[in-house]
Amino acid sequence: MSVLVFVEVADGEVKGSSLEAVGYGAEVAKQQGTTATAIVLGTSIAADKLAALGKYGAAKVLHVADEKLNNGVIQAYVQVLAQAFEQTGAKILIVAKSSLSDAVTARLSVRLKASLASNVTDLPSTNGGFTVKKSVFTGKAFQTISLANENKIIALKKSAFSPVDSGSPAPVETFSASLSDADFGVKITKTDKITGELLLTEADLVVSGGRGLKGPENWGVILDLAKALNAATGCSKPVSDLDWRPHHEHVGQTGVKVAPNLYVAVGISGAIQHLAGVSSSKCIVVINKDPEAPFFKAADYGIVGDAFEILPKLTAAAQKLK
Amino acid sequence: MKILVCITHVPDTTSKINFVEGNSKLDTTNMQFIIGPYDDYALARGVELRDALGGTLTVLNVGTAETEPTLRKALAIGADDAIRIDAEPTDAFFVSEQIAEVAKKHNYDLILMGRESSDYNGGQVHGMVGEMLGIPSLSPVMKLDIEGSTAKMAREIEGGKEYLEANLPLVLGVQEPIAEWKIPNMKGIMTARKKPLEVIQPANPTQYTQPQQYELPAAKGACKMIAPEEAEKLIELLKTEAKVL
Ligand SMILES: Cc1cc2nc3c(=O)[nH]c(=O)nc-3n(C[C@H](O)[C@H](O)[C@H](O)COP(=O)(O)OP(=O)(O)OC[C@H]3O[C@@H](n4cnc5c(N)ncnc54)[C@H](O)[C@@H]3O)c2cc1C
Ligand SMILES: Nc1ncnc2c1ncn2[C@@H]1O[C@H](COP(=O)(O)O)[C@@H](O)[C@H]1O
Repeated sequence: MSVLVFVEVADGEVKGSSLEAVGYGAEVAKQQGTTATAIVLGTSIAADKLAALGKYGAAKVLHVADEKLNNGVIQAYVQVLAQAFEQTGAKILIVAKSSLSDAVTARLSVRLKASLASNVTDLPSTNGGFTVKKSVFTGKAFQTISLANENKIIALKKSAFSPVDSGSPAPVETFSASLSDADFGVKITKTDKITGELLLTEADLVVSGGRGLKGPENWGVILDLAKALNAATGCSKPVSDLDWRPHHEHVGQTGVKVAPNLYVAVGISGAIQHLAGVSSSKCIVVINKDPEAPFFKAADYGIVGDAFEILPKLTAAAQKLK
Repeated sequence: MKILVCITHVPDTTSKINFVEGNSKLDTTNMQFIIGPYDDYALARGVELRDALGGTLTVLNVGTAETEPTLRKALAIGADDAIRIDAEPTDAFFVSEQIAEVAKKHNYDLILMGRESSDYNGGQVHGMVGEMLGIPSLSPVMKLDIEGSTAKMAREIEGGKEYLEANLPLVLGVQEPIAEWKIPNMKGIMTARKKPLEVIQPANPTQYTQPQQYELPAAKGACKMIAPEEAEKLIELLKTEAKVL
């Protein structure tokens, strides 16, 4: 009865959040007196990168080398993971929370009769039962819930666990799942995806701009600072509503929830709906010309001033760090 | 076309969250409740599709009597009738079973939900209902058009979009910009009072998780202000003091 960890790939690399899930899975396995097996779907990743999952705690890596799985086809992923769960005799499945894993684990919970906890922020507590702590009310509170079914699924919140690269590469085995046409009933007709750019949901550092920047033509100051820091870029909702920036950059209650080490908010007032998407950040910097902007109350560091004067100074200082 | 829209009844997004009764219950004193923000998008697109294609639009909530004003609001926005399953929505599996039970009886072509509820943020109910009904589920869907028995959709993926096609019936979790939120007008509010709202009792109440306790995050320390003329000092502090660079 091992612990199974579903690992996602983006741009040919294991996603950082999935490395967190592998590290977390190894700890959960230790609690249960067993080992963690990682499973990777699709052919867009190189063999050495699969084996390298061992360094983060996987005792074994299962690879489902089917190119039809290179896109996240929800039903087919459910089939594969259900079969792997049963065949490895796993009782616990660990995933990193993402838009794909949300869709997949919900179906798996029904299929496997598994208690499902999403947005989990800590290791399970196993003295007398099995409970986990999860983030609820869009980051405004935590809730402890008990997972009483024999099978369990845990979706880990981003940055809730720091994986350590300390072990050695793990053996990689091919896993063949039986899939039918019905599993591919939903057809992906086209994919528009930026590649080679940092993913906002995965980034350790984020620089985000709001309506205070006045227009898309002024985004250079944000992009320059992001580049100097090697950060991803985000924005507030009005900015994406106005099409100044693409929708997938919109952070907050109705957008992406981020939990980076550093979130820099520039010209964003700090409405509660925006804060809901950033409150799990380790360190928040606010740059706003209005000293009364509510965002300062949620910040660790603040500068009151004009973004167009401040940002070039920060960019220059960040470039010197390198 | 028969459409079902599942809505949550959640604290207004500006609410301060607190707990009572030994941190086991949400403090709802003076709290305003709204249709879940994502569910509002589902409802708006549902109304547009019903208006364009004909058919009926039902709204459903699993909740106790206090959610009825929220269902009436959905009726005022344009739903034809409402169903309330009379139970505390304690667990995603439980809620999903109730919704699936109703859906089995009515054969909806399309079941629309929000991508996630703003209280429990699970993003789970649409997937669970899809699995229980044995039909595909997709989320988060940001564009939806129906052509005959085919749905053409765009789904947000990390760093971009994916375009999809699938045959009905489907369960979708949706988000903006699928439609603009709709505000009820006077006529809508008047007619909503007379539209049917059926209350049914929950069937086989099974839970897969057992909620225990809430807690609030630790309070944030004071914000350290840096003078604008010394802005570059920030980078140094982020490196040496906050240790995030
Ligand atoms: C149900 C609901 C859900 C929502 N979800 C979200 C969400 O997910 N994400 C989100 O962001 N919003 C969301 N909102 C909207 C939210 O309430 C705010 O309206 C929005 O966040 C404001 O965006 P902003 O801070 O960019 O713009 P504004 O509120 O216009 O603030 C602009 C800020 O820029 C500052 N500024 C102006 N010029 C400069 C300058 N030269 N230099 C520095 N600072 C400057 C101003 O002082 C001001 O503080 C939601 C609202 C609702 C009702
Ligand atoms: N109690 C409920 N009643 C009706 N629909 C619900 C309920 N809970 C969740 N839903 C629907 O399922 C979606 C996803 O919810 P969740 O899985 O809780 O994040 C919501 O946006 C609603 O559309």
